[in-house]
Amino acid sequence: MNEIMKNRMLYLIFAIILILPFVLQDVNFQHITIMFLIFAGLGEGWNIITGFTGQTSFGHAAFFGIGAYTSTIMFYKFGISPWIGMILGALFAAGISAVVSYPCFRLKGHYFAIATLAVAEIIKQLFVSWDYVEGATGISIPVKPDSFWMMQFHKSKIPYFLIAYVLFIVATLVAVAVEKNKMGYYLKAIRESHEAAEALGINTTRYKLYAMMISSAVTAVFGTLYAQYILYIDPFMVFGLDISMKIVLLTVLGGLGSVYGPIIGAAILIPLSEYTRVFLGGTGKGIDLMIYGALIVIVACFEPRGVLGLFRRTKKRGAQYAKTTA
Amino acid sequence: MMFLQVVLTGVLVGSVYSLVAVGLTLVWGLMDIINFAHGDMMMISMYTVFWLYTLLKFDPFVSLPISAGITALLGIVIYKLVIKRVVNAPGLMALLATFGLSLFIRNFAQFLWTPNYRFVGESILSGKRILIADIVIGLPQLIAALGSILMTLLIALFIKRTKTGKAIQATAQSRDIAELMGVNTEKVYAVTFALSGICVGVAGTLLSGIFPVYPEAGAMYGLLAFVIVALGGFGNIWGAFYAGILIGLTEALGGFYLGTQFKYALAFLIYLLVLQFRPKGLFGW
Amino acid sequence: MPRPLLEVQNLTMKFGSLVANDDVSFVVNEGEIVSLIGPNGAGKTTLFNCISGFYKPFSGKVIFDGKDITGKSTHQITSMGLTRTFQIVKPLKDMTVKENVLTGAFLHANSKREAENLTDQVLRMTHLWDKKDMLAGSLTIADKKRLEVARMLATKPKMIMLDEAMAGLNKTEIKEAMELCVNLNKNGMTLLIVEHVMEAIMPISNRVVVLNAGRKIAEGSPQQIINNEEVIKAYLGERYYAKSRQINGGI
Repeated sequence: MNEIMKNRMLYLIFAIILILPFVLQDVNFQHITIMFLIFAGLGEGWNIITGFTGQTSFGHAAFFGIGAYTSTIMFYKFGISPWIGMILGALFAAGISAVVSYPCFRLKGHYFAIATLAVAEIIKQLFVSWDYVEGATGISIPVKPDSFWMMQFHKSKIPYFLIAYVLFIVATLVAVAVEKNKMGYYLKAIRESHEAAEALGINTTRYKLYAMMISSAVTAVFGTLYAQYILYIDPFMVFGLDISMKIVLLTVLGGLGSVYGPIIGAAILIPLSEYTRVFLGGTGKGIDLMIYGALIVIVACFEPRGVLGLFRRTKKRGAQYAKTTA
Repeated sequence: MMFLQVVLTGVLVGSVYSLVAVGLTLVWGLMDIINFAHGDMMMISMYTVFWLYTLLKFDPFVSLPISAGITALLGIVIYKLVIKRVVNAPGLMALLATFGLSLFIRNFAQFLWTPNYRFVGESILSGKRILIADIVIGLPQLIAALGSILMTLLIALFIKRTKTGKAIQATAQSRDIAELMGVNTEKVYAVTFALSGICVGVAGTLLSGIFPVYPEAGAMYGLLAFVIVALGGFGNIWGAFYAGILIGLTEALGGFYLGTQFKYALAFLIYLLVLQFRPKGLFGW
Repeated sequence: MPRPLLEVQNLTMKFGSLVANDDVSFVVNEGEIVSLIGPNGAGKTTLFNCISGFYKPFSGKVIFDGKDITGKSTHQITSMGLTRTFQIVKPLKDMTVKENVLTGAFLHANSKREAENLTDQVLRMTHLWDKKDMLAGSLTIADKKRLEVARMLATKPKMIMLDEAMAGLNKTEIKEAMELCVNLNKNGMTLLIVEHVMEAIMPISNRVVVLNAGRKIAEGSPQQIINNEEVIKAYLGERYYAKSRQINGGI
């Protein structure tokens, strides 16, 4: 019963998001909703390995970049549809994440986190000095007429929004499916205690690997979408620590380990960063990021359990109140 | 000869890395907090030296106590205002706070002083160099390295010998038990942040004569310091020291033989390789 | 003729130069309750860790259900039907009691529904049903130990190993734990118990194995053990002797 109720909440959120860009037909606002969907989706992916499984990744930009570069290069060099690039990118990301994280899974806690950061930085450096992918210059995606197959739309942002929306829902439902099934329980057991998980018959390495592969595939998908939306990528932009950390920040802010966390976090952080950028970024003096940073600090200091923690606490208090008065 | 020159350069650079990492490992080992703003504190020290030089014609070496004092103070302020509130927060919330702090400090610097590169023109050392056989050693680099090593030594002695240092060690083992033993752990945390600030303050001062001063100046050092701290083993001062030298060497040798564009990638690669054999860092247990 | 379920053969475990287990051999037959006792530092927990795959033994063999499990990983050993609890309990803190048990139940279940049915069954058997929606982290120590057992039972083991499952419990709780062991044994479960609480396990054990300083110094029925000179000298002492009389009289 409880589970159905919870899912209803999720569908309600999906419905509200869908009407947003049609209610407020402002280009800026539509842009923010697209960015919100991309980052909420990225958060859902990251949550699988870090929120559920407890393996902190500071290097998800690696998979984001792999997604972005795979589709972009296939399109740029061979004119292949980004949809095919998206699928291949997700597969690549899953494969590469498996190869690089397998040896890292022996590392515990922060040692693992720093290793993921190192992996992403290494991949970034390799792309910077790789001439075939235009190195540090980056790639401007050749402009083509509006087409779904080529994932390019110039007349309106609505098609991008719809694609982002569908991908976001897929990412969220993947997270829900993982969480509600055997795998979710296994991942959480690994998070809580490695030894206990092993004693329960869980092949911890294998499940961590599955979690990492699913997580990075989801991340790569949004990399492709991002590239097609911005129509330009370079290694610093898509492989940078900024992207990795933005995903971390919004999920932690919203609520780590909950499907709602990334949605809440992205709903706060993305408009905040985009609006400060629009209103204050023009000066080139960094006021926007300054305020953005300060607000993050304030939220972290006053709501150390994440926004979802705040909801839960108020709900609990309400429940306690109901109990005492009954 | 060239090889020796490169090795020496690596060791010199590595020594400064070590000092930055020592400051980070203190906080990390004690409070299990990843301080993303660590490199930005160093940048503040560099700006302090720059302004004292530009406005008051202070030589960087005269500014050293002032800039170290300012970063120490900054460390305490950061602890009191931010870290104190998140030190017991679950999950990665503390990290969120320090990341926000880093963004704030970096962009505050950009707001006040623009993103332009600035240089501390003349110091008593600039341009001076020592020649031993064919090996050239820049005096500023040499002093930076020696100063860093000295500072690391002082910090290590402080932790090992003084009462406060012992209180820090005890708190790192278990905060609750240290409290029971009568240690004021709040104070210990504040002191550790001040020490961490002094480390980057000194490192920043020593580097300001060699490198340009700009808001992102500390970013790469901060990032490398993460890797060095983990490579040395969290909370291990000498671990951080040797790991810093190792990373400096890797960078110099890798940069020389494979091309400078790969030097950071190699530093990160060394971390991944070493951790395969020592999953808790070189000196971790 | 009893069928041996677990055979430990000449097992030796070293940490550097420290020998934690020295040439230990014993057998646990199907349907038995065997206790492993010994003073602190005798190497009981190390032996558990070697059997359950957390450590790879330096030499020797562990045979379970006719298969060599030496050096196999813990999850493989659990899947084969041999599982354990931990001396220092490891509840999955942020999960509810029910979710804890359900995690174990997935091992041999083909569907979530099947796992849930098994979970309900185990929760009732271990008297945790009323607390099924509490977070595991908020349980009392007695309930946490019970949860360890419940979670383990959900993996449908053939044999379970309890590592000091009764330490820190009060008399009533110990009695409940004993009853649970006896009930499980009646339903065909084989048990290997490491315990300090002698009065609890002596009455329920079929056989007792005594370790001291890493070596096996005695093996036999509880009666034989409490009369064994060497054991008394090494470990039990007069104090226990008097106490056990008292307790046995009480039951």
